[in-house]
Amino acid sequence: MSTFAELLLNGVSLGSVYALIALGFVVIFRATEVVNFAHASLLLAGGYVTATLHDDIGFWPALLAGIAGAALVGAAVEFLVMRRYRGADHSVLAIVTIGVDILLTTELTRRIGTDVLALGDPWGDAVLTVGPISLAHTRIAAFVAAALLITAFLLAFRYTTWGVAMRAAAESAETAALMGVRLGRVSLGAWAVAGGLAAVAALFLTVFPTPGLERATSLAALKAFPAAILGGLDSTTGALVGGLLVGVTESLATGYQSDLTFLGRGLGDLAPYLVMTAILLIRPAGLFGTKELARV
Amino acid sequence: MSEVLATPGEASGTPRPTRRRPAWLTRTRTYVWTACAVLLLALPFYLDRFWLQAGLFAMAAAIGAIGINLLTGSTGQLSLGHAFFLAVGAYGYCVFAADGGGGDGLTGLGLPTWIAAVLAVLVAGVAGGLFSPIAGRLQGAYLGIATLALIFIGQHVLFNARDLTGGFNGRDVPPLSLFGLTFDDRELVVADVPFGSAEKLWYAGLVLLLGCALFARGVLRGRPGRAMNAIRDHRIAAGVIGVPVARYRAAVFVLSSMYAGLAGVLLALVFQRTVPDYFGITLSLEYLAMIVIGGLGSVSGAVLGAAFVSLLPQLLTRYSDALPLVSAPGTGGIAPGEASRYLYGAAVVAVVLFLPGGLVRVTAGHRARTHPGEER
Repeated sequence: MSTFAELLLNGVSLGSVYALIALGFVVIFRATEVVNFAHASLLLAGGYVTATLHDDIGFWPALLAGIAGAALVGAAVEFLVMRRYRGADHSVLAIVTIGVDILLTTELTRRIGTDVLALGDPWGDAVLTVGPISLAHTRIAAFVAAALLITAFLLAFRYTTWGVAMRAAAESAETAALMGVRLGRVSLGAWAVAGGLAAVAALFLTVFPTPGLERATSLAALKAFPAAILGGLDSTTGALVGGLLVGVTESLATGYQSDLTFLGRGLGDLAPYLVMTAILLIRPAGLFGTKELARV
Repeated sequence: MSEVLATPGEASGTPRPTRRRPAWLTRTRTYVWTACAVLLLALPFYLDRFWLQAGLFAMAAAIGAIGINLLTGSTGQLSLGHAFFLAVGAYGYCVFAADGGGGDGLTGLGLPTWIAAVLAVLVAGVAGGLFSPIAGRLQGAYLGIATLALIFIGQHVLFNARDLTGGFNGRDVPPLSLFGLTFDDRELVVADVPFGSAEKLWYAGLVLLLGCALFARGVLRGRPGRAMNAIRDHRIAAGVIGVPVARYRAAVFVLSSMYAGLAGVLLALVFQRTVPDYFGITLSLEYLAMIVIGGLGSVSGAVLGAAFVSLLPQLLTRYSDALPLVSAPGTGGIAPGEASRYLYGAAVVAVVLFLPGGLVRVTAGHRARTHPGEER
């Protein structure tokens, strides 16, 4: 039972990190209707900046720099590439983000090489033990940070002018533009925010018990895609639920791996995708996605 | 044959003052195509093994790219799962063709190799069909993310089903034999040129590529192609005029996975060994890059893009000494593989932004301008 509780808590913590990534993904989709396949490379960029700077300027400034760096990369992608597209077809833009992803990932993995970079976090491998359950400090920090950020984001999304502008743009870009919402600024903001969230997620994907930032980190980040889509691409609630679902499934599948040996090793990495496939079979628009209504 | 064709013109009595040469004889295109064909047929007699293999990769890639272009370019359904179907084709061929009693302890059915190749393609189609409940209902980029699942499921199976796939180390590919001709390295001398596996496969690859390209062109020019374009351009309108959208999406998905399966078989035959690492997400992205660079929705675009993306790393590897910025792997500079990824990543972005329609539109520039409505 205590194993189960541990796995569940770890899963929730991991899931909240996935939710952070998925949230950024959903924000970009809502603001610009672009499915951003370059999201994993934004995350890698944030993690890389933090990893290279933390020795010189300390962990917290490095983390801030990482967040700023990823936000900057996101904004640059929007400004230099997305804005230049003159066509109307958003699925072509999704392919552009794949091109951007190839570029960014190649550059970052070339810099990282075969190294495993530490991010210099203050939690180390300390473990908190309450009764029969022990939990790494990093996991608790991940959950708290993700919860705070997500709450702050959702409040901003609801109550600030920026949030209102973004929701208006998502509702109807043309009307919003006529009402004086500057669409360029909205989508620039969306990309920057998504980058920043991804940088925070990069930190928590690479701290204990994972060894550190390496090439494969971007593969871990890809798990936020199933999280986003199984919740529904246009739903922030969906991103949260999807993230938690993916995190808990992965944690349970990894934890009970020894009982499931007939399915092969490394089941934890596969579980999110299986859950996504199962949910998409039943609800093609995701759990909370608005079912597309078409008016002719 | 020509006499038979000539008679109706004379018999019908249409006033033709002079016998003009047929229209196809006066077109430059005919001559360009003939020159290309002769060149391609002659190449094995002049090129060394390295270039022949590079060419064969390009042919296999072209077949796969035609397949994904039917799906993504013509029907507007993004797929990141193409590498999975390539893997199904490659490993399917190995399993069907290999001898079960081999020393490696891997499963093999020992079927005649050409049956194995056909079965492998069919299995890839079945795999695509199994995914059709999702492929038929999701659209565009949604499907792209959903097909990510295929990559990871594929990798999982490849690493874990050791009896079938040989696990991490992969397995050897039995050489193809057809009509008593075996495509292996036992030398066969044609016109003083020793014919190894690469030379023989070259011709098989050419025939397959030609067949695949013609079939895809037929599909695109006929009723199904119009339906597919209608689904891409306006799904609801397509449904209203009676196109069964979900069924078409599923069918195109199956067709595209069969193309991928065939490409996988050819790749396996060229490599002579299949390893699971190759069939990862990078490969899927490469295929998407090919069709975007070449031109979405066109067969020749897919071939062009495939040649560009798959020959680029080989070229850079071969000439890495002579090129600035590029250096041999492991020496600290930019490795050829990375350099080519920079180039085609940038090419994808540049093509979409500045050259909608891809490279084929450059060669056929004047036609693009006369039919602006086709742009999409």
